[in-house]
Amino acid sequence: MIFDIPIQAFLGQLLIGLINGSFYAMLSLGLAIIFGLLRVINFAHGAQYMMGAFAGYLLLATFGIGYWPALILAPLIVGLASAVIERLMLSRLYNLDHLYGLLFTFGLALVIEGTFRYYYGSSGQPYAVPSALAGGYNLGFMFLPKYRGWVVLASLLVCLGTWLLIEKTKLGSYLRAATENPTLVRAFGINVPLLLTFTYGLGAGLAGLAGILAAPVYQVSPLMGSNLIIVVFAVVVVGGMGSILGAVITGYLLGLLEGLTKVFYPEASNIVIFVVMAIVLLIRPAGLMGKEA
Amino acid sequence: MARVMTQSLLPRQRAALNAETLLIGLAVLGLIAAPLYFYPVFLMKVLCFALFACAFNLLLGYTGILSFGHAAFFGGAAYFTAHAVKEWGLSPELGILVGVAGAAALGLVIGFLAIRRTGIYSTMITLALAQMFFFFCLQAPFTHGEDGIQGVPRGHLFGLIDLSEPLNMYFFVLAVFLLGLFAIWRIINSPFGMILKSIRENESRAISLGYTVSRYKLAAFVMSAALAGLAGGLKALVFQFATLTDVSWQMSGEVVLMTLLGGIGTLVGPVVGAALVTTLGNYFATSQIPVTLITGGIFMLCVLVFRRGIIGELYASRLGKWLSGERRS
Repeated sequence: MIFDIPIQAFLGQLLIGLINGSFYAMLSLGLAIIFGLLRVINFAHGAQYMMGAFAGYLLLATFGIGYWPALILAPLIVGLASAVIERLMLSRLYNLDHLYGLLFTFGLALVIEGTFRYYYGSSGQPYAVPSALAGGYNLGFMFLPKYRGWVVLASLLVCLGTWLLIEKTKLGSYLRAATENPTLVRAFGINVPLLLTFTYGLGAGLAGLAGILAAPVYQVSPLMGSNLIIVVFAVVVVGGMGSILGAVITGYLLGLLEGLTKVFYPEASNIVIFVVMAIVLLIRPAGLMGKEA
Repeated sequence: MARVMTQSLLPRQRAALNAETLLIGLAVLGLIAAPLYFYPVFLMKVLCFALFACAFNLLLGYTGILSFGHAAFFGGAAYFTAHAVKEWGLSPELGILVGVAGAAALGLVIGFLAIRRTGIYSTMITLALAQMFFFFCLQAPFTHGEDGIQGVPRGHLFGLIDLSEPLNMYFFVLAVFLLGLFAIWRIINSPFGMILKSIRENESRAISLGYTVSRYKLAAFVMSAALAGLAGGLKALVFQFATLTDVSWQMSGEVVLMTLLGGIGTLVGPVVGAALVTTLGNYFATSQIPVTLITGGIFMLCVLVFRRGIIGELYASRLGKWLSGERRS
């Protein structure tokens, strides 16, 4: 017992916090990557997360394609669809004020959500946990569903993989160089517009991956991303915009903090992340790991 | 393009001013006559949103700060007014004042945090803080959560005029709307407004000229929030309820759309935008198609194709140039 709270409830909420944190981390990672290179706040990130979940659901419902192939296919579908949108429309806005990118993706999010609501209504569709991950482990002090453990593990792998891609590969070095000085990178003969399209597709694909991972945990519904995205914005502000490591670490930490708040003061659990954001802004306006702009 | 000599412009400008006065006069007459042809509640809804959009535009169009959290001021004031009128039994005018004061206080807090960063960063801060306020409204006892505050009495204005009469209410709303618009017009044409515009155009230069930019920004933020609160308080009286819809981030997005569609940085643009968006919303409310599909599409179209908005494009067109007395090049 800690402060009169049973240890099971405490650890249970902590686990939920960790799972939420995993999604915050994956989503804010994608946002940070897109923002870093394109300087676009991708408001459609929540909609792309929802598209990932729906892609998994539809692959299963129409083609009978199961969870594991969908884990690859859904992010690809979302990434490709988003890359097409970037090429056709978003790329026209880069030399304008950055606010237009935000407004455009906001409109895009509304259109995507409206379309899914038109066809599938607002209620959630269930998506079964894959049989290999059904059941759970009894850890003695608490029960850990296998799938939830897998979500935490998978998100750690995804974040690590993306970090390696950006920090250790040639492609990643192009990305980082183009973030610093796109004109110069272009002069070296690297196709920067293509790189931008790829980056947007990558970020959106990460959102799609988070979506398919979330499908068995939460219900697949057209509005599943719309409230999440604002929390993720707050996470990105706390971590420091454009800081990839900051986004990931803050994602996990704030997820855990939210879980803890649910234990000790449930009424504040919805707002604790925003309160942290306000405090961080007062003390370090650039965010925990951001550079002073 | 060579600058046109001031002297040769003067008669034209005077004519333009007359034309403008005439147009405004006609518009006001139209609004006075409007309840004969339209459903008054619909008109009042348009006027409330128009005032809201104009208040928002004071910040975006004239100071260059994009707030994505204005629903907090609008919906917050609606709650404050509704609570003051229903629970404390205040008269409608005092109830609205309570709403305005509450919105201004909120604007002070949110604005103080938001202007610590610039551009897109401050936009995200407003969004997140407004969402925090949304969750507060979801849980605070006085807002009654999902139910909202219902059955708000309209009461008697100054204890004399019965506002439960639709026409009385309409003219009260119209008067407040015109008053709000006049206030905005005074603000943007005052020396203070000029400084705001200079901040919008070039913040570093405004700083180098010796202006304490953050104070001006905060002042603009609070004024915009207070005027948005005026619109929100009014809306609570018109519809006699205050709900979570008005504090949600979708509402913040809607006011951005109204302003963008009508024309950012124009005085009447947001009014036109608000009228169009409200009409669309009413039209699609009864159809199968979700409204967000339509509004989102318009949003993308506006950003991609006509960023100046309807009124902005009109000003930029030949007719607009002639009306404003600018010589064709």
